[in-house]
This record gives sequence, structure tokens and C-alpha cells, in this order.
Amino acid sequence: MRDTVTTPALPLGDDALILSHRLGEWAGQAPVLEEEVALANIALDLLGQARVLLSLAGDEDELAYLREEREFRNLQLVEQPNGDFAHTIARQLYFSTYQELLFEQLADGDTELAPLAGKAVKEVAYHRDHATQWTLRLGDGTDESRTRMQHALDALWRFTGEMFEPVPGLESLPWATFHDVWTTRITATVEQATLRLPEGPQRGAWTAGAGRQGLHTEPFGRLLAEMQHLHRSHPGATW
Amino acid sequence: MTTIAPEETAREAVFDATVAAEERIEPRDWMPDAYRSTLVRQIAQHAHSEIIGMQPEANWITRAPSLRRKAILMAKVQDEAGHGLYLYSAAETLGTGRDELLDKLHSGRQKYSSIFNYPTLTWADVGAIGWLVDGAAITNQVPLCRCSYGPYARAMVRICKEESFHQRQGYELLLTLSRGTEAQHAMAQDAVDRWWWPSLMMFGPPDDESSHSAQSMAWKIKRHSNDELRQRFVDICVPQAETLGLTLPDPDLTWNEERGHWDFGPIDWAEFREVLKGNGPCNEQRISRRRQAHEEGAWVREAAAAHAAKHGKATR
Repeated sequence: MRDTVTTPALPLGDDALILSHRLGEWAGQAPVLEEEVALANIALDLLGQARVLLSLAGDEDELAYLREEREFRNLQLVEQPNGDFAHTIARQLYFSTYQELLFEQLADGDTELAPLAGKAVKEVAYHRDHATQWTLRLGDGTDESRTRMQHALDALWRFTGEMFEPVPGLESLPWATFHDVWTTRITATVEQATLRLPEGPQRGAWTAGAGRQGLHTEPFGRLLAEMQHLHRSHPGATW
Repeated sequence: MTTIAPEETAREAVFDATVAAEERIEPRDWMPDAYRSTLVRQIAQHAHSEIIGMQPEANWITRAPSLRRKAILMAKVQDEAGHGLYLYSAAETLGTGRDELLDKLHSGRQKYSSIFNYPTLTWADVGAIGWLVDGAAITNQVPLCRCSYGPYARAMVRICKEESFHQRQGYELLLTLSRGTEAQHAMAQDAVDRWWWPSLMMFGPPDDESSHSAQSMAWKIKRHSNDELRQRFVDICVPQAETLGLTLPDPDLTWNEERGHWDFGPIDWAEFREVLKGNGPCNEQRISRRRQAHEEGAWVREAAAAHAAKHGKATR
């Protein structure tokens, strides 16, 4: 029944929901107190976006808690485990740069997503700045931090190609331009951080667009098991 | 015998007069060494409690049963990190750095509130913490808004506003569960049963065993005794429990017409002492988790410092 939901609000809402969940896992574990505040702040912004977007697609809790893995439409990038702080930052850098481009475009458009995008674009600019600043600090910090940051950029690179597969319902957006601008911005940050842009294919046979079709990576099932367990244990209850 | 220089006596007289006049002592003012060290200990312990206190609640962020509740819980844990920041800043005005204080927390030389050594076993515990633990914290902390040390008093004004918001949210969470399904109601009752007594212990030992109380009251750091605040808290909670449709796990709870207060049963001080000694259910887990976060984050902090040094930016 939920497969009939075709609004682009669903995949975009899933991106925000799942990345917010991952960032929520950092609570109490950040490297410095200021980052407890920052990561929670970003997680909250994303959760707020997810709630608006999922509500456009249906009932937010039903969509978040009662769909199974194959029904989620988020990018594989956002479901990747937190790893070390560098992995979290690389994931944030890749995704927030993408989300900013997408939301800027949507904010100027006339779809039902325009109001949300107009508000969220300010949040996302902050997220991108946060990720950029940390990429610079880690890349151009110590030897250890440079190695870790480069490793994180490399490890997550293969999940970036799927961001530029057109989201169903938003085929008319300039996806090729998104890819160009995204690549230019990421390259500038990576170079300023004294790092190198990862090599190799950005669009693996399996990853390109797979998340948008409900094909996910193995860690995702466990994420959902944890997220949904309590809600599913009390069918019909209100919280 | 030590001789006291005349200017020392004069400064002490100024300090005493300031405290007596209900005016604030500020960072640059002269203050007795013992006043300074008492405040550092109390403010640091308070800051540590905010930081360790993130753990029992963060335990439920990834399992919150609705997106609305998840957002509320995330915001609350974020506020706690913010409170930790205010409080470490207040402690730093007394000349002790955050790193040194964190080091004392990690090595067990400074404590945090005993309450956070209890586990959050169900979702309802999140509500019980909001209602009871934050409720007890507010009862303790509202008088601190008038504390004689300015930076601490001002931090408490901001903190108390946010805490009372958290407390109402916790209460509302429990009310929803209590009025929900049978299983939800039972979950709420079980959580209140487990958190009630530990919350009463948050006010500290009984007055006749409280070693720092007399001096702290004289310095107007503390305004009411442990037992007074505990009684105030019980008096507030009893009618709230009734509205919630939940019972408090104390057969001795009775209204005392003569005193105009609720009488309550004896607290298990042996348990309190054990938890303080490190033998509570989660002491080991909480401190290990904190140390682990700090150690695993060392390379990140070093990177930030190295980057700042290279680029001539100030770092903390």
C-alpha cells in the first residue's frame, strides 16, 4: 500500500530521517562538548525536515516506523555507519553540499516542496559550513587527522554517484548541473584541506540510484530494527 | 601561629559585607580560598552531572517511539550539553580550566550526581527522568539563581528555564503513557517505582550528616537545607502523581495535618552510599563511556589545535 506513495517528498524525507538518526547516535560520544551541541543541532534540523517531508507523503510515524527496508527510498550514503569522526564529517560534507544545491533549486520552484526547501536551505548552509570547517581542520591538522580524513573521503566516495540520479517526480531539475557544481565545491574544499579528490568510479553498478529504488546496504536493516522496535511492539498505541 | 596581614582582614570584611548585603561576588573580587574551592567543586560536579546525564537519555534517542518524541529528546540532550558548557565556563571564572576538570571527572577525583548511575530500562524511564529527576534538580537549583557567586547564579537562571521545560515534557510523556494502553500504563508505573527513591536521594544526605551545608549556607551558596528541599519536592510530587494516575512506591506516604507536609518513609542511605562509592548499577559503564569518548576524540582535538596554530586562529 505504501508503495503507491510517489511524491518526491518521500525519498528526500527518508534522506533527512536516516541521516538524523545516524547523527543521533553520536549523543554523548562526541570528541568535544561543542560538537555534542553541533551534531545534535544538525540532527534536529534534519529531523525537522524529515517530519515536514514525510507528512507531505502521508503519516510521518507510519512512514518512519512501519515501512520495511525495501520500502525506504533514502540514499545509501546517509545510512552508512558513523565510523570515526572523519567518516561522519565526510558523509556530512558530501550530503550537505548536495542537499544545499537541491534545496536552493526547489526553493525557487513551484512544487509542494518549495516552502520547506526555502526554510531548510538556511539550515543546510550551516551544515555545509560545519562540515567544510571540520574537513579543513582534519585535513590540514595533524598527520593522523589527515590520514583519517582522506580515508573517510575515499571510503564514502562510491556512495556519492547516486545523489545525481534524478529523484522520481523531480526529473526536470538540472541534475547534470548539480553534479558539476557539487564536484567543483567538493574539489575546492578537499584541495584547501590539502587532501586529494578520491579516484575511481563515483557510480558503482550497485550503488548508483539503488537506495532510491529501495536497495540498501547491510547496516541499514539493523538501523531500522533499532529505530522501529518499540513502536512496532505496541501496535496502535499513541506516544 | 599565622599572622594575617591587615589588608587581608580588610578584604575579608568587604567580602563578608557583600555576601551579607545579598550582592554578588564576581570573578575579580577577592574571596576566601575555601569559598573558591567549594564553588569549583560544586560547579564542576554540576557540570559533570550534565555531561554524564546525557548518557541515560541518549540511550533512548535511537529508539524513541515517535518522531515528535525523538525530536524532543534530542533537543533535551543537546540542552544538557549546553548546560555543561555554561557551567564549565562558570567554573573557569574561578581559575580552573575545563580540561583539568574533565581530567578529574575521568579519574574519579570529582563526582557527578548519583542519580545518573541508574539505568534507563524502558522508554517510560525517559518520562520519569524528566518528571522526577529534572523536577528534583529544579527544586535544588532554583535557589541557586540567588547564589552569592555571580557567574554561577546567572548560569542557573538560564539552566532553570530550560530544565523546567524538560520537566513539563517528561510529565506529559508519562501522562500520555499512563492514559494509553494497559502495557503503556504499566511501563509508566514501573519507571516511577524505580526512579522515585533515587530522585529523593538527589537532595543529598540528611541535614545532620551533610558536611558542607553549614558553611555553604553561611556563604549564601546554598539557601535551604537538604531535608527542606527534599520535603518541598515530595509535597509537589504527591498531587502530581495523583493527576498522572500513578502511585508512588512508599507505603508510609501520609498527609500530616499538623506539619502541613507529606510524611514519607525512610530512605535507604546504605544504597546511596554504595552508589556514591562507585558501586551503583551503572557507575562503571557511565565513566568508561565518558573516558572512551574523550580518548577516541583526542586526535580530533589535536587536529583542531594544530590547524589553528598553522592558521593563526585562536583555539580554546
